[in-house]
Amino acid sequence: MTDYTRHAKYFLLQDFYQGMKLGIKYMFKPKATINYPHEKGPLSPRFRGEHALRRYANGEERCIACKLCEAVCPAQAITIDAEPREDGSRRTTRYDIDMTKCIYCGFCQEACPVDAIVEGPNFEFSTETREELYYDKSKLLENGDRWEAEIARNLEMDAPYR
Amino acid sequence: MADFFFNTTLGMILLIIGQIFLVVIPLLLALAFLMYADRKIWASVQLRRGPNVVGVYGLLQSFADFGKYIVKEIVVPAGADRPVFFLAPMVSLVMALVAWAVIPFNDGWVLSDINVAILFVFAVSSLEVYGVIMGGWASNSKYPFLGSLRSAAQMISYEVSIGLIIIGVIISTGSMNFSGIVAAQDSSYGLLSWYWLPHFPMLILFFISALAETNRPPFDLPEAESELVAGYQVEYSSTPFLLFMIGELVAVVLMCALISLMFFGGWLSPIPGLPDGIFWMIAKMGIVFFFFSLIKAITPRYRYDQLMRLGWKVFLPFSLFWVVFVAFAAKFGWFWGIYARWTVGG
Repeated sequence: MTDYTRHAKYFLLQDFYQGMKLGIKYMFKPKATINYPHEKGPLSPRFRGEHALRRYANGEERCIACKLCEAVCPAQAITIDAEPREDGSRRTTRYDIDMTKCIYCGFCQEACPVDAIVEGPNFEFSTETREELYYDKSKLLENGDRWEAEIARNLEMDAPYR
Repeated sequence: MADFFFNTTLGMILLIIGQIFLVVIPLLLALAFLMYADRKIWASVQLRRGPNVVGVYGLLQSFADFGKYIVKEIVVPAGADRPVFFLAPMVSLVMALVAWAVIPFNDGWVLSDINVAILFVFAVSSLEVYGVIMGGWASNSKYPFLGSLRSAAQMISYEVSIGLIIIGVIISTGSMNFSGIVAAQDSSYGLLSWYWLPHFPMLILFFISALAETNRPPFDLPEAESELVAGYQVEYSSTPFLLFMIGELVAVVLMCALISLMFFGGWLSPIPGLPDGIFWMIAKMGIVFFFFSLIKAITPRYRYDQLMRLGWKVFLPFSLFWVVFVAFAAKFGWFWGIYARWTVGG
């Protein structure tokens, strides 16, 4: 008996009528997509985007060249050279991240004892050449200056969970 | 002036060329927006936005695409048969356009009012297969060739049932002229006297066969973007590819026109009091096109054996049976003679 109803449904194209009904219903639903370059979706405070080196409020760079990030980096994307500055404090002379190697795991951010290297909310840093993706210290510091407000807010929001 | 156009050879040729432009240019312009509508409907059903950047609401998207296709480089495969390679898309487009010569848009608004119009359309749309086969063969590449064979087999299979469905309508009408077919559907009952009612199963069959015939989803096996790259179009780029695309879409709109002429009374008004006119024809074609787009959005692709099974084992016997049924019904006046309206003076 059920077999006959199944065949009747097949020959009367019942699936298609249901599909059309559903299709027309969905046509008038609000869109799920956004006008991407003009509108952007929400990002979690934990979003791991482009790297940045942060500074203290007085302008002093946070990084103390402990090289924990270099050690923890699973893709070995980070290269650090360090020597004492004139005032005797330990600083990096070179802090490179190969963004083409980076897998955006966030280990560097977690390893950092002074919250110097962080992954900010920026994900739109595509370039036309590969060389532009070999970030050096000045580029990372510049990123830090540009995104400081967002980064600080994200760190603050995520702090209770760390 | 009228004398020049109607009584001299040159005038007649000029007149005909003018009429051809009068059909083809609005058709191609409409095509640009139908392409856009198609993508927009498809997008809406999938909760996407669709093209919305070029022009207001993206209305000029098709023209942007057109420009892009034209400025791209034409790549010809090394071993390709150049003349045939370039002839194939032209055949595809020209055959799709030629059929419009016999499609009336309003009472008497037709380029060539021949008595075998429906056969002409059928014959010309069969020739479209050659564009596909030539394209696949001339590419001198294995996958386009296989794709073109599949595509040709598909188009030929469904032409059989389309032909039988058309015979049913011809039996009901007693005419192969589209104006005659529309006139036979004219009565004081408005949309109730159109052939969609007595020929309802054939309307569905024709619609599905038209999908298969024009390689639209769910029968877009020749293209099958997700698994087969693009069938016979693999080696095509730039303008030849554009011609294939336009040809395909012209064929789709032609099928919309055929459905509205044969089953929905062409330019006849659905409500008895209202005037008939070209706007009804355009509205009906638009509605049919909407369903073409909707089907594209809601159905998954058929497998090749399912496609062939449906064509030969379901559609062919069913439409054959229907031809016999309509013939008997028309001959013996069953069902108050609704299948033979020409005898009761419709």
